[in-house]
Amino acid sequence: MKNEFQVIADLIEKDKKVLDVGCADGTLMKFLKDNKNINIRGLEISKEKVQECIAKGLTVIEGNAEKDLKQFPDKSFDYVVLSQTLQAFLNPELVLDELLRVGKKAIVTIPNFGYWKVRFHLLFKGTMPITKTLPDEWYNTPNLHMCTIKDFFHFVKSKDIKIFKSLALNNLDKSTINQSNLGVKNLFADLGIFLIEK
Amino acid sequence: MNTEKNIKTLIVKKPLKLDCGKTIKDFPIAYETYGSLNSKKDNAILVFHALTGDQFVTGINPVTNKEGWWSYAVGPDKAIDTNKYFVICSNVIGGCMGSYGPSHKDPDQKIFGTNFPVITINDMVNAQYNLLDHFGIDKLFSITGGSMGGMQVLQFICNFPDKSKTVIPIATTSSHSAQNIAFNELGRQAITADSNWRDGNYTSNDTNPGKGLAVARMAAHITYLSKKGLQEKFGRKLQEREDLKFGFDADFQIESYLRYQGSVFVDRFDANSYLYITRAMDYFDLAKQFNGNLSEAFINTNAKFFIISFTSDWLYPTQENKDIVIALNSIGADVGFVEIESDKGHDSFLLDVPDFLSALKNFLDKSYEEN
Repeated sequence: MKNEFQVIADLIEKDKKVLDVGCADGTLMKFLKDNKNINIRGLEISKEKVQECIAKGLTVIEGNAEKDLKQFPDKSFDYVVLSQTLQAFLNPELVLDELLRVGKKAIVTIPNFGYWKVRFHLLFKGTMPITKTLPDEWYNTPNLHMCTIKDFFHFVKSKDIKIFKSLALNNLDKSTINQSNLGVKNLFADLGIFLIEK
Repeated sequence: MNTEKNIKTLIVKKPLKLDCGKTIKDFPIAYETYGSLNSKKDNAILVFHALTGDQFVTGINPVTNKEGWWSYAVGPDKAIDTNKYFVICSNVIGGCMGSYGPSHKDPDQKIFGTNFPVITINDMVNAQYNLLDHFGIDKLFSITGGSMGGMQVLQFICNFPDKSKTVIPIATTSSHSAQNIAFNELGRQAITADSNWRDGNYTSNDTNPGKGLAVARMAAHITYLSKKGLQEKFGRKLQEREDLKFGFDADFQIESYLRYQGSVFVDRFDANSYLYITRAMDYFDLAKQFNGNLSEAFINTNAKFFIISFTSDWLYPTQENKDIVIALNSIGADVGFVEIESDKGHDSFLLDVPDFLSALKNFLDKSYEEN
């Protein structure tokens, strides 16, 4: 399991009710179910991935986060997880609002467009950056709204969203982001992980 | 009848009050089982059949000598694995494969015909519930069925919320739509317009409204397929002829196919049963039983739901299946949902659709492991 999922799992206490939005093949769900006795649900748009989740014995709903989150009642999950998908929605702001309505807390991770390798790629090669967390070409990427850790940090603050924890991840390296080190973390982390609440 | 010796029957002594107000008692429920009930009695799956199905789910139907209606899904090592599970299926009341229905005799030894009480999906499941007592099963492992079978699944878990661990409604709806009712009415009109129907007393008049019933089946059969499926299978292909004949014989293969479907159906199905069962489907509106709030139907159950729809099913489309998912999610129920890609229309649940069969198998087997 990738380090990102380990960090997310560490943020969630045992025996909670969790919704994994865009749960893919259910790797994180399975880990949470088996190791933390989490009452876990997934929402996934890909039919193939949904089948993989079913084969793992996971409860998954085939659906689209932009349309299908509205069926869940307010605060019906302790945590809602959204891993590296926010930038792929037509309207990320709306999805973020929905995550925070459905979940008592939300864990959102974003691939950082401010990461130094991304900046170098654009600066020196002059072409759209391709990195480990951003593997697609400009013409086939699902990402519509790329942002940096700094962008996201400012965005949630402007929406009066409370940040409980913000972590910068660079391979196996995990560190805390705060107002004073934001510029540095924005340069050296390829992933941001935010535990937020509204 | 020589067929009756192949039919297992439970006589229900307990009176059953029907939705129409009448009460029936000492009535037969015809059933079949597959696999064996384990000592803990926790491996039973109750399967509900659709409009024209019966209790003979898989293997050779001893009455028709044809494959059971769900042979692709049920059997040893199949999605519903009879090496592992004990499968029970019974003919619905109102049906014509041995359960109490319009071809049975009333207490005065007269064939009921249209004097048989109008039954509902609710009545069907209340009648079938007696099978649990019969087998001494406290809690089923699963209940499942497609189409009208799915309606019975929903009504069953609503009526008996703690009697099944898992619940699998397939290609179904919680409320029959105007379009569904319209197609059923077309079928009923075809039957009653046949002069041999004789107000439902065809048996005592020694006639059979076979033509009307065949037309009903032909119209319904079209609704079970998709436009794309029909086009790919038949297109405008001609039936054993080089060119159009400028007449009204079956020039096209699709015509011939439908005529065949109509004719074989008449051999195995009772016209009055068709009227009764389609009526039960039309009356089905689970939300209405709870003042329009479908979630209330499931508020008392802890069962794990898995709902399956098919992309090309326009009779019970994905959205109607999703409405059930939404109702369950809004009360925090444990519900999974998948829409299976298939060109085979509503009939997909009866056919060899590998994604469907593997999803069904995985859900059942993984849920059973967690037992």
